[in-house]
Amino acid sequence: MIDFEVPEPIQRQMQLIGMLGEQVMRPIARYYDDHEGERPWDYINMIWQTVREQGGRTLALPTSDEDRASNGPKRPSFQNLMLVHSVEALSWGDAGLYLSTPGGGLGGAAVEAIGTADQKVRFLKRFREGEPKWAAMAMTEAQAGSDTAAIRTTARLSEDGREWIINGEKIFVTGGLMSAKESPGFVVVWATLDSSAGRAGMKPFVVESGTPGMTIAKLEHKHGIRASDTAALVFQDCRIPYENLLGSAEVIRNDGSAAGRKGFKGAMKTFDATRPSVAASALGITRASLEFTAGYLKQRGVQVRYGVPLHQQTALERDLLQMEAQHRAAWLLVLKAAAKMDAGEENTLEASMCKVKAGAVANFVAQKAVELLGPEGYSCKLLVEKWMRDARINDIYEGTGQINRLIVARRLLGYSSRELR
Amino acid sequence: MITFTPTDEQQLIVETVRRYATERVRQVAHDADERRATPGEIIAKGWELGLLPSLIPDQYGGFGEEHSALTGALAAEELGYGDLAMALYLLTPNLLGIPVLHFGTDEQKQKWLPRLTDAAFVPATAALIEPRWDFDPHALHTTAEREDDGYVLNGHKAYVPLAADAQAMLVYAREGGTTQAFIVEQGSGGVTVLDREQHMGVRALPTYEVRLEDVRIPSADRLGGERGCDTDHLLNYSRVALASLAVGVARGAFEYARDYAKQRETFGRPIAQYQAIAFLLAEMAIEIDATRLLAWDAAWLLDQGKPATRNAVLAKQYADEAALFVADRAVQVLGGHGYIREHPVERWLRDCRGFSTFLGMAMV
Repeated sequence: MIDFEVPEPIQRQMQLIGMLGEQVMRPIARYYDDHEGERPWDYINMIWQTVREQGGRTLALPTSDEDRASNGPKRPSFQNLMLVHSVEALSWGDAGLYLSTPGGGLGGAAVEAIGTADQKVRFLKRFREGEPKWAAMAMTEAQAGSDTAAIRTTARLSEDGREWIINGEKIFVTGGLMSAKESPGFVVVWATLDSSAGRAGMKPFVVESGTPGMTIAKLEHKHGIRASDTAALVFQDCRIPYENLLGSAEVIRNDGSAAGRKGFKGAMKTFDATRPSVAASALGITRASLEFTAGYLKQRGVQVRYGVPLHQQTALERDLLQMEAQHRAAWLLVLKAAAKMDAGEENTLEASMCKVKAGAVANFVAQKAVELLGPEGYSCKLLVEKWMRDARINDIYEGTGQINRLIVARRLLGYSSRELR
Repeated sequence: MITFTPTDEQQLIVETVRRYATERVRQVAHDADERRATPGEIIAKGWELGLLPSLIPDQYGGFGEEHSALTGALAAEELGYGDLAMALYLLTPNLLGIPVLHFGTDEQKQKWLPRLTDAAFVPATAALIEPRWDFDPHALHTTAEREDDGYVLNGHKAYVPLAADAQAMLVYAREGGTTQAFIVEQGSGGVTVLDREQHMGVRALPTYEVRLEDVRIPSADRLGGERGCDTDHLLNYSRVALASLAVGVARGAFEYARDYAKQRETFGRPIAQYQAIAFLLAEMAIEIDATRLLAWDAAWLLDQGKPATRNAVLAKQYADEAALFVADRAVQVLGGHGYIREHPVERWLRDCRGFSTFLGMAMV
């Protein structure tokens, strides 16, 4: 049945997070935007209680397929729907603060998606106890952004075969500082076992916080989302236990067969799960910009009328209607991608579709909001200009708009990555 | 619970309508557009699908399914995929049927609904649009004035589908400050159906300008009698219908461009293997899915009896632009060939430009 009723528990969660956003996040949003190097401990300590109580998972990935299978017969689940709603609501509060939320994050998501049952317990248990902790994902390198297969970070076995030795440099690691150094978390590092094997040789390794050989080389100064740290990590003969490799160590060469692509599948599986969340975050900023702008204008006598013919609409009304329609369209695509995942169906196409749309819509709406509010919109008196800067990353990280268009196009056309480059 | 899967019954309807659209409508769409005529047998076959009779209560001779805008949206997408002009043709009786179903008095239902369950297609229509650039359904220039025991209608209507043959025409007019609807039967004095209109697109659909000069009707023919009707509510069924039809046309245009791009080669490669084309196709597909979900969203609200105007307006407005974008890009993917009438994409572009005009011309 086609149904748009938001389940009760999700509505309750949205209300709670909405209050948190209004009372805790919004009042400190400007401060941490102005003070990029400072960590928002007031927010972190508060949200950590919730993250911990909810099994450290609220902001990471919901239960994996295997977990669900072992929980007996399939029952209707809305964990992914819950996730995208939560992320949307937190980002409505403040996207930078949301990104600094302790918990599994993208690193945890990778463990959830690819790790064995034992690895999940070993690496994720920490998010249910003790002090705040973070986990990050390190994929991008200076010469390998969208082209992930071009990474040069290597992993080789130690002589006794009991450790992996990692060497290389990673950049743009969201939460890298908190995960690698400032808390007992971890970083999931993508490295190649065999650079001649391309994607098939790429594997994810869990590097525990504080492991010798892993150092923070740089903290970036960013356009937006400044409450969250973005780090460059250097690995110099960084040794980790053999068991910290997620998935299989076997390198299956890419001969165009389905099996040949398996090595890279782990990363892609992670993205299928995280892209709808990133899109949801984009749309949280979008809703913040839209609601604020519409509310601000309404207070000053500009109200949107629905169903008025074109010749009667003001330019402001027309813009606002378009912003609303774009926002709703993108959000429905996110819900569809999440619902498919909840149903245990493959959602690669839908995940990339909603990411493309949300990345574009967030920028369109946030940039329009600044424009519509004129001198007030551009001023740091309001948060609108900050939201525009925060929105900009959403068409870039977790797959640029272009890479996601490529993924969508390949699916639609039935082309391999070799046929459509 | 948020889900995006049609019920089994809806799926069956989708498949049935899709088969009709693909095997019958699409086969004749080109000729119908060129000749500006819809083959009667296509409409007869379409009427056999029973889309309108199915939602008419059994006491009036229908199949008694509950009226669902969602089910209507699903069917409309498939009809639009077949051909927009013929889809509008086939859906024309809805323009009387759905308003009577929702707002009609017992007598009005008794009188009109059984006729709309006939085995043969029943031409019945509605007249909302007026021939002026600043047409506004909330401020019509066609007026209804109370006189003795009835109403007098005066005005000028346009884009009235099948007006020449219609047994009845639901005329929207300004009565005091609101828009109300009046059932005008064929042959009523003062009604002049003017020459058939010529438009850029939907050329297989006969539409007419209609002049109303002191048309006197009994008060029993005011839709809803004393209580009247909520025109905005009815327009929402139109918005959902048009948005879904737009999805159907756009889907057809996308598929055509996709298949063409995979087979057409330049510089030794199919053009679909260039990002310039592949990205366009990706964006077209995203816009189509987004529009579909917006239409479903509004339809669902209508079916739930929740306020739907905002979402229906957003869906319709989005669909107007998205369908035009998709059809326009489909022409571009085909290049010079897209401009030639042998390929259907130019027809779809002409059809899609009309969605911003067609308010009130379709309802589900």
